[in-house]
Amino acid sequence: MSELNLSAIHGIDEINFHGEFAGSRAKNHETFQNRMNTNGKVVASIEEAIKASGLKDGMTVSFHHHFRNGDYIVNMVMDAIAKLGIKDIVVAASSLQAIHSPLIEHIKNGVVKRIETSGLRGKLAEEVSHGLMDTPVVFRSHGGRAAAIAAGELHIDVAFLGAPSCDAYGNANGFSRVEGHTTNCGSLGYAMVDAQYADKVVILTDCLVDYPNTPCAIPENNVDYVVKVDSIGDPKGIMSGATRYSKDPKELLIAQMTAEVVQASGYFYDGFSMQMGSGGASLAACRYIREKMIEQNIKCSYALGGITGQITSMLEEGLIGKVLDVQSFDLIAAESLKNNFYHQQISGEDYASYANKGAATHQLDFVILSALEVDTDFNVNVVTGSDGIVMGAIGGHPDAAAGASLTIIVGPLCRGRIPTIVEKVTTVTTPGSVVDVVVTEQGIAVNPARPEIRERLVAAGLPVFDIKQLQERAYRIVGTPEPIQFKDKVIGLVMYRDNTVIDVVREIDEYDYNA
Amino acid sequence: MSEKRFVKDRLRRSMMFVPGNNPGMIRDAYIYGSDSIMFDLEDSVSIGEKDTARFLVYNALMDLKYGSKELVVRINDLSSGLGIKDLEAIIRAGVHVVRLPKTETAQDVIDCEREIERIEKEIGIPVGSTGMMAAIESAAGVLNAYEIAHASDRLIGIALGAEDYVTDLKTTRSDGSELFFARSMILQAARTAGIAALDTVYSDVNNEEGFLAEVDIIKKLGFDGKSVINPRQIEPLHKAFMPSEKDLAKARATVEAIEEAKARGSGVVALNGKMIDKPVEIRARRMLALAELASNFTVEEV
Repeated sequence: MSELNLSAIHGIDEINFHGEFAGSRAKNHETFQNRMNTNGKVVASIEEAIKASGLKDGMTVSFHHHFRNGDYIVNMVMDAIAKLGIKDIVVAASSLQAIHSPLIEHIKNGVVKRIETSGLRGKLAEEVSHGLMDTPVVFRSHGGRAAAIAAGELHIDVAFLGAPSCDAYGNANGFSRVEGHTTNCGSLGYAMVDAQYADKVVILTDCLVDYPNTPCAIPENNVDYVVKVDSIGDPKGIMSGATRYSKDPKELLIAQMTAEVVQASGYFYDGFSMQMGSGGASLAACRYIREKMIEQNIKCSYALGGITGQITSMLEEGLIGKVLDVQSFDLIAAESLKNNFYHQQISGEDYASYANKGAATHQLDFVILSALEVDTDFNVNVVTGSDGIVMGAIGGHPDAAAGASLTIIVGPLCRGRIPTIVEKVTTVTTPGSVVDVVVTEQGIAVNPARPEIRERLVAAGLPVFDIKQLQERAYRIVGTPEPIQFKDKVIGLVMYRDNTVIDVVREIDEYDYNA
Repeated sequence: MSEKRFVKDRLRRSMMFVPGNNPGMIRDAYIYGSDSIMFDLEDSVSIGEKDTARFLVYNALMDLKYGSKELVVRINDLSSGLGIKDLEAIIRAGVHVVRLPKTETAQDVIDCEREIERIEKEIGIPVGSTGMMAAIESAAGVLNAYEIAHASDRLIGIALGAEDYVTDLKTTRSDGSELFFARSMILQAARTAGIAALDTVYSDVNNEEGFLAEVDIIKKLGFDGKSVINPRQIEPLHKAFMPSEKDLAKARATVEAIEEAKARGSGVVALNGKMIDKPVEIRARRMLALAELASNFTVEEV
């Protein structure tokens, strides 16, 4: 018998028989019931969780935006951090909403030094646009954020993640199986990324349930602390009961034309895949696509993205095979996620990261997305309004646009007196190179890079124009907009999905009518 | 185009009401595919906004482009004093057709025509350039429908305004039986004058079933089309007026057989053993013309 060669086996240096390694977890003789009563990872308060996490000045904390404008988590946690005297925090949220305006005070008081987010709304967005912060806000797409976190480019020290249900050991989910629970949000897709990569993870829940809270979005092996709070958010702001189809005739007209575009594009066949944005027209397109699917006996393999009740009802009808849900948009979708095996939540990384081994956006046939502005180079802006002030979020826009084989942008030619099709977008959030078709109620434009698509749409008798013609028509109706007046200071960096800077947002200047 | 701003005989399946004081709707009015657009200065505009609406509609007609749409303006009653002001503005702006509200007698049409003629002369456009249509909205109007329909060469059609009419009758709108007499009168009157017969609005925009039931009635009666108050009603209306594929195939075969017989120099035309007489030919040709004009998306380069 020869000598054992242990060098070939990584991790085993010697064989000895002195018993278990001293670092092993001590065997627990308690009953399961008793262990549950000792409360596992539950700590008494947010402050205690912050202290236990080791959060210090200058560190990065993260949040998710699955509670949308009903979210209480960001404000509760930031107030607690402020109370503990911790300063210079980087807030890395998957997105921020109007409800998060208390951050303004924390910024002024030095508690918050920097913000990373998909978007900003309300008072906070306005203040940031007017130069509130010394360091520019970094705007990332959902896929870009996931990739940055995975790569360590965006390192999270402590993630504070709200969950509508969690057990004492941290198995957390976006819905509770407790009857009548009101703060369900469905998928926790964006939070899953933070849970996986953050150094410390704190779950905040209003519904502590029995172990094991499975199946779940965030497993206990990602979680350090659990805090039971009275409320994680306002159910009314978290989500609506059902997303309703638009009744606006113009949106319906755009939606109808969009369905015709899809049908004629070459990407509408039995087994296709799709994603729809949550805007009125893109959502309404769902209805007309559904009619075409039934008429032509065509089925969709999978639907991706932010998921609405419209999509889940098509799943139930058997028109869609599977639903991949990174974010649920209404309670019907959240219910479906709870009950339908073929409706699964996926993380932001699995949804849209450019840098991993595979993301679902890359298997899309088509995506239908909204826009605040589209320019004659097909660049899209979804972040700044026509007044130059931040008012929206990048979301998964560039991810889905770059991933799908056919990217359709929908929107009215003008909104009130404001043209949607412009010569130059205020801010580029999605580059024209990944945008294929623009559908307005007054006609369709096809990116010259896709001549075959243009041909198909023309052959189908659809009203195809050059995008320049659409822009000129818009300007003819509402006039040529005066240029926005900006200062030099950069208040926002807009990242493309590969985390390179694609554009910057500058501080807005007081409008000078004589300029 | 001739010196006339209007075309007497054209497709009028849908006439979309656009409140004259709503800039957004005025701007977008042409995108929904209705055959005619009717800017309203009358009932949808409150008394305090009459001037604004007139100004808006005047400028829309002057500056905006509406492609091949027929542009109609419903003016206020002449007796109110507002109607004259409306006419002064919209004829100058080039309106195609003036819609008279609450027409009760032929004299109402004649009175309005006199004002139109005066303005046409004043601004130096040929007398007779501007078309007219009359809305009949009372029992008296219905009984005078024949005289009204024949009152002027400018008339392109007469229309039923049902809300005022049923009030006048001391009834309410229901399954359509309450309007049967009025519709029949208006239809016969229009046909004897060779002009269009247009039906009233259906105001419950969320009830598509009820709307389509009404469309079915008027289509069977022989109406050219209907007023709509919401763009969402246009597509179902046009669909209902669209002949079926089966009927179209038959019409095509009929016309082909006629053309073939003509080429042969034969006077008698038969299809599948049945003789094709003149009414059959007229109906077939009308149906094919309708089908050709009706397409899903009519975005024009305007």
